[in-house]
Amino acid sequence: MTQLAAFAAELLAGRIKVIDLTQTLSPEFPTIALPPEFGQCAPFRLEEISRYDSRGPAWYWNNFSCGEHTGTHFDAPIHWVSGKDLANNTTDTIPAQNFIAPACVIDCAREAAANADFVLTVAVIEAWEAKHGRIPAGNWVFLRTDWSKKSGAAYANLQADGAHTPGPDPEAVRFLVEQRDVLGFGVETIGTDAGQAHHFTPPYPAHFYMHGKGRYGLQCLANLDRLPPTGALIVSPPLKIKGGSGSPLRVLALVAS
Amino acid sequence: MSLRAAYDGVVAAVPVTVPYERYSIHGAHWWIGRALHEAVRVAGLRPRDIDGLCVSSFSLGNDTAVGLTQHFGLSPRWLDHIPMGGAAGVVGLRRAARAVQMGDADIVACVAGDTNAPDSFRRMLAGFSRFAADASYPYGAGGPNASFALLTDAYMRRYGATREDFGRICVAQRQNALSFPHALMKRPLTMEQYLAARPIADPVALFDCVMPCAGAEAFLVMREDTARAMGLPGVRVLATIERHNAFPEDPIQLRGGWAMDCGELYAMAGLTPDGIDVVQTYDDYPVIIMLQFEDLGFCAKGEAPAFVRHHDLTCGGTFPHNTSGGQLSVGQAGAAGGYLGLVEAMRQITGQALGAQVAGAKTALAAGFGMINYDRGLCSGAAILAAA
Amino acid sequence: MTAKLPPPQRKNPLLPTRQPLLPPSSRSRTALGLTAAAAEGRFALQVCADCGAVQYPPREACHACLGANLPWREVPAGGALIAETTVRITADPYFRQRTPWRTGIVALDCGPSVVAHLHGDVVPDGRVRMTLRLDKSGQGVMLALPGQDTPDMQDDRQMREMTCDPKGRRVLVTDGRNAFGQAMARAFIDVGAAGVFVGVADAWKPFPGQDKLAGEVVPLDITDTDSVHRLAASLGGRVEILVNTALHVRPGGILDRRDTVTAREEMEATYFGPMRLAQAFGPVLRSRGADGTHPACAWVNILSAYALAPTPTFGAFAATQAAALSLAHSLRAELRPLRVVNALVGPLDDEWHQAVPPPKVAPAALAASVLRALRDGIEDLAVGDIAQDLLARWKDNPTTLARELAAG
Ligand SMILES: [Zn+2]
Repeated sequence: MTQLAAFAAELLAGRIKVIDLTQTLSPEFPTIALPPEFGQCAPFRLEEISRYDSRGPAWYWNNFSCGEHTGTHFDAPIHWVSGKDLANNTTDTIPAQNFIAPACVIDCAREAAANADFVLTVAVIEAWEAKHGRIPAGNWVFLRTDWSKKSGAAYANLQADGAHTPGPDPEAVRFLVEQRDVLGFGVETIGTDAGQAHHFTPPYPAHFYMHGKGRYGLQCLANLDRLPPTGALIVSPPLKIKGGSGSPLRVLALVAS
Repeated sequence: MSLRAAYDGVVAAVPVTVPYERYSIHGAHWWIGRALHEAVRVAGLRPRDIDGLCVSSFSLGNDTAVGLTQHFGLSPRWLDHIPMGGAAGVVGLRRAARAVQMGDADIVACVAGDTNAPDSFRRMLAGFSRFAADASYPYGAGGPNASFALLTDAYMRRYGATREDFGRICVAQRQNALSFPHALMKRPLTMEQYLAARPIADPVALFDCVMPCAGAEAFLVMREDTARAMGLPGVRVLATIERHNAFPEDPIQLRGGWAMDCGELYAMAGLTPDGIDVVQTYDDYPVIIMLQFEDLGFCAKGEAPAFVRHHDLTCGGTFPHNTSGGQLSVGQAGAAGGYLGLVEAMRQITGQALGAQVAGAKTALAAGFGMINYDRGLCSGAAILAAA
Repeated sequence: MTAKLPPPQRKNPLLPTRQPLLPPSSRSRTALGLTAAAAEGRFALQVCADCGAVQYPPREACHACLGANLPWREVPAGGALIAETTVRITADPYFRQRTPWRTGIVALDCGPSVVAHLHGDVVPDGRVRMTLRLDKSGQGVMLALPGQDTPDMQDDRQMREMTCDPKGRRVLVTDGRNAFGQAMARAFIDVGAAGVFVGVADAWKPFPGQDKLAGEVVPLDITDTDSVHRLAASLGGRVEILVNTALHVRPGGILDRRDTVTAREEMEATYFGPMRLAQAFGPVLRSRGADGTHPACAWVNILSAYALAPTPTFGAFAATQAAALSLAHSLRAELRPLRVVNALVGPLDDEWHQAVPPPKVAPAALAASVLRALRDGIEDLAVGDIAQDLLARWKDNPTTLARELAAG
């Protein structure tokens, strides 16, 4: 209790800042682009129910619709076939304890600016650890690319051969899961995997290995440039969708000033 | 040709006009009621003495002659409703005359009346007939102005009639109207004014058109001895004709149904056109007057323009015609317009003219024409009357 | 000689807009046969099956023999003008806005005399070609054209009340992401549209033909209510013809799908999309239905002919098209005086019909058909051999068509 009271006092005093890592849910925000014969993730849509009018004189409200993987969203292990048989692998069964955790932020903004197909490798992680210390178990690892500052076509960056956005290679993901026991992997792009990740073996390694080991994903994050390399506390509870594979959510970071 | 039976022993009497008004806040029931009231007052009858009723009106709403019996407290044993517009007077007369002659009724009141309110004429036109709604009203919605403009155009094209020819008819009728107390249009009309009038639907201009108004007309049909006993001057019905949808194969109407029955009309009357002292044609537009002059034997087909150039059509002229001023000057009170000429004819040959009296008039011809169902008038009729 | 219509003038903002009134619309049920023929650009009258007499106005019994069997048949359209008038005074508010208005009586070679609207180049006693057109009430009316085409005859003032010539008008093509929308935009530019706006959804997603897209690209996603309303707010008052080219064809029957996700996308694009367009653009287009020399005039839907009856291999899609067709019929009543053009198309020559053998409808062919329909004032058209065949079978017996398509 005293710990929490101290925390609350720091929060109220403004010495702990709350940083919003969430993109605004809007109809225009890009979703994952798959070949059109596949099922598609629904974009965000808002339909007005009433606005102080004949449909409801004193109140304004909307119905919204979207996919589980629309906007800033959480990936549960069941999202990928490699995690389909794990225990507690859905949005409603994941232990709530896991929704608050610290994060390590690996800043690759410069590299991503230079190369949209920048790949996070073990070497890059080790170089980061040389500077900031070993990634503790149970931490989120966020890949900062400043990709969230782009919008529209530049953000999706779709070419004739698919999307070109940064992401980890298979070894880096395995390293994080098996050697560092991370809680999950978070990115600013539409997927935790690189835009060209279907050419890796296995394809989409971030999804394959993270979810295969019961770890989580966070996509379409923003404001990672406002986080310290270590020490930020992430609050990221998805909607409690029964059997859900993920959900749009508000992601907050608590940072000591 | 075997002639139909004559209307022996029957007269029409008590010509009634309820003075017209441009617009009225009263319904058609009111106008028809006023006409019946005036008829029984003049005749010295009680309403229940009327045992036959014949009604024509466009503006009774959902009522027919049936509803009017209860409305007016009448219990007739003979009832007719004649939805024939401009032919209603002649047709009403011939049916009533036959009913009285055969004893189906003793005293038949023939009445026509309509009201007129702003915009009621447009609404009447929009729903005038199925063919009109389907195939003529949506074409410019010109109503009868446009329909008669087309007939006028075709007539002018075929027979070389000019605007001045039609103007002669209209100017003469206005002259007649100046002495007729009920005429709504009492300003003298010159040929210059006629020709300079505002165009309505080429070649029809303002003074070719009747003005819709409210009003009613009526007369009584009874046995000649009844009339004599009551001291009522009556007119005998020498002959009548009616015809509907005549000459359907004509691509456009350059002749009316009179042309089918003209010979029988005069044969039944035992007269020739020369023997007619006063002519009352149906005159919603002057072109139809020309058709009647031709089809009723006053001149040959296509010669009406020459006929009007060579005759004075006023009350004192060589060919007294539409002596009250006709609808063109008195106004068109809906179905009462189909009675106007007939009622005026009765007055002229019984010496009861309200305006100028044609000297020595003993015989009269009154014609009717009505119901532009689509592209032409379907109903035509005529009656030859003689002073009793 | 028809005077060449000058390009639209900019509106005087101080003058009120001419209200979009409708000409008299009441008709007997039988007379709607004229409307049905006019909608397809055919000149058809009732012809007595017993004696061959041609009937007009429409009737319930033959005027020659009283026979009751009076099927609608295409008849020779030639005739002669035997009377004319120019109506200058009328109590009808629609025609009052438009006087003087010229009409006449035409003696048709096939028999009847017909009261008709007259093209300005029709001369007294001259030969005419009679046509059936839809007026602003959407009812079939007679329009007499000169015996031979005359220069600029499309520009005739009275004829323009019954056509939707794109020349000088501004067009919104709702979806430029597909080849059909792209061809449509190009075609409108080629015939002299005053402006062509081309909607593009998901601009972040590249698409084939993007580099050659003709017209002014505007953001529009008809599956997004907000997007539709935002565009209507900025563009609604500057569009005279709206062509909804949004397509969302996916093969598959009901059982092939395993879910309703794709069907829901189809409904969003082909049913809710037009509904959103109608709710956002409809009122302002309708309000400009009599505005100036180039009023808003047409609303074009591209629909699959399988809206009439489904082919099971595209069964789920066909159901959305049936819904869209039903919506379009209702829009007709609500959007008057706008013309609601339904172009029923057969299989399109696109990536979603790879397994379907020809004949298929190419983008340029669809665009050409829609343009012809607008210029001729046609409201119902079937584009391509397959669509025309389906329509003919459907008219012959809709139940049989459904059964024969179900049998494969
Ligand atoms: Zn027949």
